[in-house]
Amino acid sequence: MEKLYKFLKYTFIILWTVFIVAPFLWAISTSFKDFQSVNSKVTYIPWLDFEPTLEGWRVLIKSPARGGVDIVEPYFNSLFVTCTASLISIVLGTLAAYALSRFTFKAGFVRNNDITFFFISQRIMPPIVLSIPFFIFLSTLGLLDSLIGLVVVYIVLLMPIAVWIMVDFFNRVPKELDETALIDGCNPYQAFYKVVLPNSIPGLIVAGMFCIIFGWIDFFFAFILTFTEVQLLPVKVVALNSSITPWWSLSASALISVAPLIIVAFVVERYLSKGNLSGALK
Amino acid sequence: MNLVAKHLTYKPDDQYHLNDVSFNFEKGRLYTILGRTLSGKTTLLKTIAGLLNPDSGNINFEDKNFSKVPVWERNVAMVYQQFINYPHLSVYENISFPLKQRKLNEENIKKNVEDALKTVGLVGFENRKIQELSGGQQQRVALARSLAKKAKILLLDEPLVNLDYKLREQLREEFKTIFNEGLANETILIYSTTDPQEVMELNGEVIVLDEGKVLQTGPAKDIFENPINLKVAEISNDPPMNIINGLKIDGKITFENINIKLPKHLSQLDNKNYNFGIRSSEIKLSNSGEEFEIELAEISGSETLLHLKRGSTKVIALIEEVMNFKIHEKVKVVFNSHKFYVFAEDGKLISSPYRIKNG
Repeated sequence: MEKLYKFLKYTFIILWTVFIVAPFLWAISTSFKDFQSVNSKVTYIPWLDFEPTLEGWRVLIKSPARGGVDIVEPYFNSLFVTCTASLISIVLGTLAAYALSRFTFKAGFVRNNDITFFFISQRIMPPIVLSIPFFIFLSTLGLLDSLIGLVVVYIVLLMPIAVWIMVDFFNRVPKELDETALIDGCNPYQAFYKVVLPNSIPGLIVAGMFCIIFGWIDFFFAFILTFTEVQLLPVKVVALNSSITPWWSLSASALISVAPLIIVAFVVERYLSKGNLSGALK
Repeated sequence: MNLVAKHLTYKPDDQYHLNDVSFNFEKGRLYTILGRTLSGKTTLLKTIAGLLNPDSGNINFEDKNFSKVPVWERNVAMVYQQFINYPHLSVYENISFPLKQRKLNEENIKKNVEDALKTVGLVGFENRKIQELSGGQQQRVALARSLAKKAKILLLDEPLVNLDYKLREQLREEFKTIFNEGLANETILIYSTTDPQEVMELNGEVIVLDEGKVLQTGPAKDIFENPINLKVAEISNDPPMNIINGLKIDGKITFENINIKLPKHLSQLDNKNYNFGIRSSEIKLSNSGEEFEIELAEISGSETLLHLKRGSTKVIALIEEVMNFKIHEKVKVVFNSHKFYVFAEDGKLISSPYRIKNG
């Protein structure tokens, strides 16, 4: 019985791994193929089945004038927008969350929980509902089709995530820790950045990871709020898909667009599993 | 140059956390605040520290109005009942943190930290992480941090309550030496606890607090011997003082068909109903005594606590040896009537065995 259970367990794990990893392997393999290797017969393993070539990757950085598709600019646009928006969201979100967790606000019938809910409610609505106000908002400000405009919109999308995660995190940091810092001679700002913040690194990492992921994968707003001047990676990749871009370049572009998330996932996983961070506070 | 509070009142909801609390604490002395959980001890300490603003009343320290001074400029130190340290810092960094905040020079900091570590017995632990320490050691670090500061007001909020029995005994012993030797003469030490035994052992000036109100102040011995009313008698005894409502007729009292002869100083009282208080250690097993039924027998250490019942009267007797009893068994006990306290029906102390007065 024990053996059967073990057998089933490992069978399932292996099947699942294959299911997850196979598309990646297939994409990696395809990205190194040329026309011959894709269209003549079924091939899998480089050097054995076909002669690998970097042509598929080269196309990505060549300008359209020379027969390439040039995803370098959209790539850096995406990196810039995601990182800037995430950073600002984390900074503002953390400050807001600390205030919501530690101070009591009263404005008419509005209390702390209502404000927290207000932040989260931005994510409850379907994005399409927000698209028209955003469009009008950006066009009034003359920020349509610009990186700054996208950063502003992404902050609206990402900050609720940061606030939500950090409020929950700060609520679990004992209030006595802040009080001890005050008694030990910190003013409220010092108490926050000398004591509370260094003990909130796990929360900051999780919040940062979510911001980066949600910022990086957003297609909808990038699609609606940009036209010709600025293009973000998800839009570019989808555009490649619908044009006559060859399979090998599509595979390469798909791989390079998930690369940052895979790196983030690995780094964060290392960091979180160090244990002393997650168990720092009782 | 004292810490003087006048009419402190704090009522954040429909209950008083502080109700007209006034005191005058002198430098170089130990004050213990005795009260049950939620009696306002922590609120009082936090108010002194400046973490809470009272609704009314004010605190003066060294002839300056303390209310206007923010927490971080007050030069107080506080140890919480939870072990609060900075988890991201090592033991050394934890203890030096308040000193760094005050911008002492490196040499001074080092000396102060080393002294504090020596006092609490944690030399050699400087580079440990807080999470690697046991509860008792964490509380020692917190204590060391507050000692190293050499604050003028040192607040200890039930510092032993979250520790296990053995450690509590041990730290309590150490506290006595630390308080007696380790403290500068200008420190006001305020120690809050729920445990009467701690109060007696620390032997300071006691403030008995209940529902935010000061019930009695005085030296520990005085509180123990002359509790001004039933409430104080209850709070300052563990196990709580037994209260028996009985009718006094001439030279004896009657309750539950028991007659107990009263000593001379009590037989002069008017004939009516009184609340008689007697400590559980003054009720003894004896064959010549009255019959009670055992409800529960607790063995703690080398003693046995017997919860006894007769009719509607319940008493607790402390037997100074470990004995096995069966529940619902009948035992006979005698009351040492010389140790009777007499409280009026409204709770006020009328007579104490330690201070026999006009009757």
